[in-house]
Amino acid sequence: MADEAREDVHEVENEAPADGLARPSDEVAAAVLDAFPGSVFALSHGQPVVYVDRASLRDVVGFLLLEQRFTQVVDITGVDQSTNPGRFLGDGVLPERFEIVANCLSHWRNRRLRLIAQVPEHDPVVPSLVPLFPGVELAEREVYDLMGIRFDGHPDLTRILLPDEWIGHPLRKDDATARVPVQFKAAGKPQPKV
Amino acid sequence: MGLLRRSTSTTATNDESGAPASGDELDPGAPIAAVASHSDAALHRQTDEGSQLMRPSKAATDAAVREIVLTGELWPEVDPDDETMIVNMGPQHPSTHGVLRVMLELEGEVVLRLKPVIGYLHTGMEKTGEELTYVQGGTNVTRMDYAASLFNETVYAMAAEQLLELELPPRAQWIRMLMHELNRMSSHLLFLATNGMDLGSTSAMIYGWREREEVLRFFEKVTGLRMNHNYFRVGGSAADLPDGWQDDVLAVCNSVDYGVAEIDELLTNNPIWLERTVGIGVITSAQALALGASGPILRSTGIPWDLRKEQPYLPYDQVAFDVIYAESGDCFDRYRIKLMEILESARIVRQCVEKMPEGDYRVQDRKVTPPPRARIDESMEALIHHFKLFTEGFKVPAGETYAAVEGPRGELGCYLVSDGTAKPARMHIRAPSFYNLQTAGAMMHGGLVADAITIISSVDPIMGDVDR
Repeated sequence: MADEAREDVHEVENEAPADGLARPSDEVAAAVLDAFPGSVFALSHGQPVVYVDRASLRDVVGFLLLEQRFTQVVDITGVDQSTNPGRFLGDGVLPERFEIVANCLSHWRNRRLRLIAQVPEHDPVVPSLVPLFPGVELAEREVYDLMGIRFDGHPDLTRILLPDEWIGHPLRKDDATARVPVQFKAAGKPQPKV
Repeated sequence: MGLLRRSTSTTATNDESGAPASGDELDPGAPIAAVASHSDAALHRQTDEGSQLMRPSKAATDAAVREIVLTGELWPEVDPDDETMIVNMGPQHPSTHGVLRVMLELEGEVVLRLKPVIGYLHTGMEKTGEELTYVQGGTNVTRMDYAASLFNETVYAMAAEQLLELELPPRAQWIRMLMHELNRMSSHLLFLATNGMDLGSTSAMIYGWREREEVLRFFEKVTGLRMNHNYFRVGGSAADLPDGWQDDVLAVCNSVDYGVAEIDELLTNNPIWLERTVGIGVITSAQALALGASGPILRSTGIPWDLRKEQPYLPYDQVAFDVIYAESGDCFDRYRIKLMEILESARIVRQCVEKMPEGDYRVQDRKVTPPPRARIDESMEALIHHFKLFTEGFKVPAGETYAAVEGPRGELGCYLVSDGTAKPARMHIRAPSFYNLQTAGAMMHGGLVADAITIISSVDPIMGDVDR
């Protein structure tokens, strides 16, 4: 297993046709790219990934659910990419600090598609998918709780795993482990981090 | 027992119509000798929602999903003028499987809404996963779903192997499949035990525990621990199967077959059991899909979706087994599906004993695999290599990937992001219990408060998996 072989794990399939439009090998991804110009396709270890604009995330999921016979957003999670600023993102995608990752699944067509949206640090808000797909209600609350990304339109965006009075969002990279005093009611007033 | 069905097709939903392939009706007499079938009509008559013969044709389900999608509501809003009452259940309630707390909105004895309140078992395991190297990570993820720890280890290792582009030797894959099915048996037996216990059948608990102990005893022999094994590592498993494992496994299978037949005889035709489970907690396939359900909950609504068949990952395409599914979507179906899945697991395990290939139990790539113990005694380099591997770990190329397996409770996934160091930049587990918990509200709506226990038990949440 030579190291060279691992250098570029992402194969970009958008190898520039003349009109500048990329034709991904995945038919669903191709449909998404047609319907949402500006999206970028990449294959990550054989799995189709589409990088979408965060403002259109809900529309893309709606497109998948209503027109591509997708059935579930299997999982939605957030990633703090502070330690990984130079990561591969596909052509023309500007890296931001946070990413929202939505794994979509179609039971009828037996295929998956992963949507990734970049979320800037200064405005960590994405449109909520709950109005479209109620099955991510708890998951979006978890992302808000642990990563501090807000979901616009979520019916009940409150902390879910941590106590309501908790300060900070522990899955952020600047929220290091074992440096925060334990924040429980009986432990006295929580100390804000400097 | 005309409700329970088997699907033997490799891809149940790949035809253009989108309708799942038709399965054979399950012959209730064949797999468990002790089962005496009772009439379908009796079962149908007792369900709330008619005969429930709803194979999800594409048109029907798409329309139903669309309705939910467009309205965004699963049940009508409660009139605020009504006198409803909020009742808190848990987190200390013995039937809430640990520390689940639910808030029930009641109108008289009818439950209008159910809201799970979770987090009592949150220990920040996803954050901890970022602090541990890929070598150490297995000890962390194995404690999430503690009833099905080997699945967690596997999905974590599979994601890391995808990033490393490692191909496992056949024996390593077959060992994983064998241990998966044994673990599915022990996990489902735990469900049968606690499900019986929650509904007042103490004997069922003893029966379930007894057979589960046999499986755990085998696990202890193989991995050294009854639970939280840390047996599957990136690149294979920690050790080979012990000598004479075939006899042990077959003995376990035989005793589990016997025990399952006993539980079946005890519960399946028990009028009290039927009264408390048939037609209780009904969920439609559209609701199950819209609420993110997977595993036995989704299969109980008539969708024969099993990742082992649909998106095979280990050598599951080389063994014969059936996907068990039912069509009523009630608590009885979920109980019965898990009961039958234990027998399917035993079927796979027996095939593993026959077909287990010889060879390495881990990949012989010195980047991820420590040198053999004997080499360490004679080679300084091997000793240094061993030391470095377990202190610094190995670096994983930057990238992101998602691996999924069919756990006992549904789709268990791991989203792994690497930034090129020896520790994951982000390790997220898609926990099936966490998503399945959302279906409890839909199952509960309109039911009686006495059924809350049945429904929570039937969803089978493992709180370590929910809270992580």
